[in-house]
Amino acid sequence: MDSVGNIIVYFVVAIVMVVFSVMAVTSRRILRAATYLLFVLIATGVFYFQLGYQFLGAVQLAVYAGGIMVLFVFSIVLTSKPNDKGTVLDAHRRVLGISAAVAGAVLLGFALFTMPVYTGVSLGQALTGGADIDMHTIGHALMGTEKFQYLLPFEAVSVLLLACIIGGVVVARKR
Amino acid sequence: MDLSILWYLVPAALMFACGVYGFITRKNLIAILISLELMLNAADLNFVVFNRYLFPGQMEGMVFTLFAIAIAAAETALAIAIIINIYRAMGNIDIREITKMKF
Repeated sequence: MDSVGNIIVYFVVAIVMVVFSVMAVTSRRILRAATYLLFVLIATGVFYFQLGYQFLGAVQLAVYAGGIMVLFVFSIVLTSKPNDKGTVLDAHRRVLGISAAVAGAVLLGFALFTMPVYTGVSLGQALTGGADIDMHTIGHALMGTEKFQYLLPFEAVSVLLLACIIGGVVVARKR
Repeated sequence: MDLSILWYLVPAALMFACGVYGFITRKNLIAILISLELMLNAADLNFVVFNRYLFPGQMEGMVFTLFAIAIAAAETALAIAIIINIYRAMGNIDIREITKMKF
């Protein structure tokens, strides 16, 4: 039995997540679609907090909802004309999209509801069953070289980000 | 009422389906990128949920999501650089009109 607060938070966040996902892909105006995506990302961050991963939630809010959304808004403002309402979808493309999405959702739902995942475990049990993940643990996991420690991927990501900076400057510079 | 693992996986699956729909139907390159972010986000959420419910004593799913977020940031920055370059060369970012590199 989970606490009433957790259940209320869950329902609010899940409804926000699904509704704004649908609106983000159906909205005709691109800047509004980006705003709805921001709400979806924030909702995901709240789920991370609720699941007990505070650091991950903070990273989600800072990197996704902060950094990536600024990039999106910048590029939308740079590339679209004012009052651009987009174009009407052609019918067969929409039918194709809806059928692919529904088929995917049905397949995923079938897999979810027939596979024997541990459905008996509640959120409270999962939270108390695990060790508390504080910054000390995360720092050791990211900065060690032993089993279940991730110094090499960490450095690889730093090189990837450097390559991304250089690539972005080279691709987008004026010739 | 228990919040079991399915309660978290179902919104993630719906978010992924929305991403698939947007990826197929949108005409604007940035809108396609937004749909891609939705799908990535759903996958990240699944990693974290499986980590919390099936292996609560470990943190591998969390670390994987951490790296996935970093890589998604790099990918988005580069994709937006390419989109801005396309806009400068072609004057718009509608996928029906960017056909010069098609053979």
